[in-house]
Amino acid sequence: MSGAVAIRAGRSRRARRRRIGIVALFALLVVLAAGMLVLGQTSYPIGDVLRVIVGQDVPGASFTIGRLRLPRLAAGALAGLAFGVAGSTFQTLLRNPLASPDVIGITSGASVAAVLSLVVLHWSAGATTALALGVGIATAVAIYAAARGAESTGGRLILIGIGVGAMMNAVVQFLVQRAAEWDVSVAMRWLTGSLNGVRLEDLGLLAIATVVLVPIVAVLSRDLRALELGDASATALGVRVDRARVLLIVAAVALACFATATTGPIAFVAFLSGPIAKRIVGPGGSLTIPAALVGACLVLLADLIGQFGFDTAFPVGVITGIVGAPYLIFLLIRTSRLGGSS
Amino acid sequence: MSSAPARVRRSVRTTWGVIGGVVLVAASVAASLAFGSRVVSLPEIAEGLRAFGTGGTAGDIGAIAVAERIPRTVLSVIAGAALALSGGVMQAITRNPIADPGILGVNTGAALFVVCGIAFLGITSVFSYLGLALAGGALAAIVVYLVGSVGAGGATPIKLALAGAAVTAALSSLVSAVLLPRAAAMNEFRFWQVGGTGGADWSSMAIIAPLLAVAAIVVFCLGSSMNSLALGDDVARGLGVHVGRTRALAAAAGVVLCAAVTAVAGPIAFVGLMVPHAVRLVVGPDQRAILPLSALGGAALLTIADTIGRVIGSPGEVEAGIITAFVGAPVLVALARRTRMRAL
Amino acid sequence: MTGSHLLEARSLTSGYSGRTVVDGVDLALPAGRISVIVGANACGKSTLLKTLSRLISASDGSVVLDGKAITQIPTKRLALTLGLLPQQPIAPEGIAVADLVGRGRHPHQKLFRSWTADDDAAVADALDQAGVADLADRTIDELSGGQRQRVWIAMALAQGTDMLLLDEPTTFLDLAHQIDVLDLLTDLNRSRGTTIAMVLHDINLAARYADHLFAMRDGRILASGAPQQIVTPTLIDDVFGLDAEVISDPVSHTPLVVPRGRHHVTGGQFA
Repeated sequence: MSGAVAIRAGRSRRARRRRIGIVALFALLVVLAAGMLVLGQTSYPIGDVLRVIVGQDVPGASFTIGRLRLPRLAAGALAGLAFGVAGSTFQTLLRNPLASPDVIGITSGASVAAVLSLVVLHWSAGATTALALGVGIATAVAIYAAARGAESTGGRLILIGIGVGAMMNAVVQFLVQRAAEWDVSVAMRWLTGSLNGVRLEDLGLLAIATVVLVPIVAVLSRDLRALELGDASATALGVRVDRARVLLIVAAVALACFATATTGPIAFVAFLSGPIAKRIVGPGGSLTIPAALVGACLVLLADLIGQFGFDTAFPVGVITGIVGAPYLIFLLIRTSRLGGSS
Repeated sequence: MSSAPARVRRSVRTTWGVIGGVVLVAASVAASLAFGSRVVSLPEIAEGLRAFGTGGTAGDIGAIAVAERIPRTVLSVIAGAALALSGGVMQAITRNPIADPGILGVNTGAALFVVCGIAFLGITSVFSYLGLALAGGALAAIVVYLVGSVGAGGATPIKLALAGAAVTAALSSLVSAVLLPRAAAMNEFRFWQVGGTGGADWSSMAIIAPLLAVAAIVVFCLGSSMNSLALGDDVARGLGVHVGRTRALAAAAGVVLCAAVTAVAGPIAFVGLMVPHAVRLVVGPDQRAILPLSALGGAALLTIADTIGRVIGSPGEVEAGIITAFVGAPVLVALARRTRMRAL
Repeated sequence: MTGSHLLEARSLTSGYSGRTVVDGVDLALPAGRISVIVGANACGKSTLLKTLSRLISASDGSVVLDGKAITQIPTKRLALTLGLLPQQPIAPEGIAVADLVGRGRHPHQKLFRSWTADDDAAVADALDQAGVADLADRTIDELSGGQRQRVWIAMALAQGTDMLLLDEPTTFLDLAHQIDVLDLLTDLNRSRGTTIAMVLHDINLAARYADHLFAMRDGRILASGAPQQIVTPTLIDDVFGLDAEVISDPVSHTPLVVPRGRHHVTGGQFA
């Protein structure tokens, strides 16, 4: 059975590359996390950081690290994880790297709700999150419902999502225009995605969502890989296509909405994580964990650049937006050239 | 032989369409003058128009209101016509039922250039402002079109829409990057971000009017060539049409039409999407009929949208851009549902 | 590998969004044989195959496997018996051939059971049978149309089913590759006893390779049986609206349809 041996050899080779890639990403994440805690107006040695984490009281450091940097790190990492998984799942489901929830308007409802809460209702951060979540999921459901019923839901979903996104955007602009002047920068800052001012208490929902939903998506990733082959092939392989798709979309939308509700829409993280992960671990395997790690790394790296890279501190969303744009154009062109479509 | 009656039927419909269109525009103009935060009566309209015409000041409040509404009504008519024409042209040359210049990122491109001009070059003159918006919008549309047409199948609806959405997202980030550190500019900018005809003034309209007129003439001249384009590039070439030249000219005209309007009125979406489709339902696929009727339809639509906005937003207003977005999105959804996936 | 399974359609009616395409079809796929469904465009042959493989639900009637309605059988269990190669399968970009064929093992995988030696053996076996073993580590994008089709067949083989349905497996291939693929399927049938049912648009290839032919028109089966028995000028006219002669193929001695148009018609019947 030398054939089987050769097959196993090839498979092991590819699995090894995957493992190395995931370990490298994890290591990078740890380094960035350390950076988030150590660096700042006052840089603390790593020893102090560890002591604060363990619970000891270190004068000066405890407050800065415990109350400011740790929440920031946690928010960034969790949001990055969530966006990464949401984006890569959508891209795989819709068989199109351009069909990421932030591009096709799925999370636009969450933005409207958050802006409404920030500039009109003046609700607390927790209530804003809850409202953004509810409206975000409702919008995604509406888009999905409107797109159902066709032989291929993907293309319709994209178009309808873009239309709804445009409509939501108009509402957001309307609200921002009506807002009192001092609310405008708060709203704009939220709209670009930012880790400022997040408190640990606010992260509870996002943490639970990530811990629950990411493993679910990981478990479903085998079905997802079958779905990559098209609905017909997936059915032939025994996948319950409708059920799997709904579950995956709900999970992905929920993750995207939870993250958006907490940090605002951080541009392009959902969109970039999947393709970058694929380049690191190679095609053919599940992208869920790699994309999650890439997403977290992207957010933390962008935030570090935003905080320390320029004279003014920029929110994380601006950095990801500017860095993401050229890569997005490159990807668009490359995808089209290779004939990819939905 | 049997097509002759059908052709006659269509041109009869077109004639009626033109008449209907003109009547509709006239009615919407009248409505725009009459309605708003204050409903005005017919004699007051007459008085306001007379005062406007003679350059004097009107007597009573109603007539003053009318006189104030005249510039924005004129802008709505012109802008609506231009946007609808732009959409019709884009749909024709990309063979793409959902090509709306807004989807092509014209708005965000214009915004980016304007914002950069204000922030880095300290631009203050209206003329430069318009020029920047025009250049930015045109550039964005070109980039989106190029990016969306790479690869097999050319600029299919989905590729174009995605290219537009992606480029728009990218440009928005850049806009944010420029604005966030500049609170004053951010404050100014948000008023431009919502498209509407409220800021209509004669000098800006005078600047863009010749541009719009030239572009419109180019478009109308290209009508029958665009009919051939609809059959596919190879068939069109076989019929003697200069495919590349026609497409480039038409695209340039379409982009100018949209970018010029955006420069003056801000981003107004979906007019270019909705109107040509509605018109096509009535008069069929002949561009020589669709284009002029779309212009009329667009003029009426935007004027009515503006009027509705002033009525429901009274004493302030809800900008026309919001109204068209709210009406247009469901139309897009309906279109996406109706059209077969292969056609998309 | 050869369990004998019987797939039948009973008064089967199905279609899309209210439109009836397949209209009251009764058929039984002869076990261990190659069956081909032929007919003019839009006669319902693809729809029939899709309904047989549960891609489309029947609006009336039923599809029965070994006496049990397929709607009663969990789809994963069905995937262990019934394989399908759909019309335009999609390959993820950049995937290695061995990995793509490996996806065919999906129905065999349990929730927490990862890849086993059996799976490797099945994949190697499938690649061998399909003649693409040397392409195992190449990426799918590098392959030609003919090679790609063989890889898809390998994936269906890796699924390890006793029955294989194929929807127009030869449509986009040039003639040499068409013969290649059909010969491969015949090898499969002869060596493993796999029941094969496919839709072909070329009546002559169908007549050559089929043990059993189903001729359809307007959603119904007009005739069914061995090609030698049912392929007659009358049938060709009924099914395709084509005026033709039917002679014996000098190579395979199966019926060969020779069309008669308005030009180049010089002679009459040749024995």
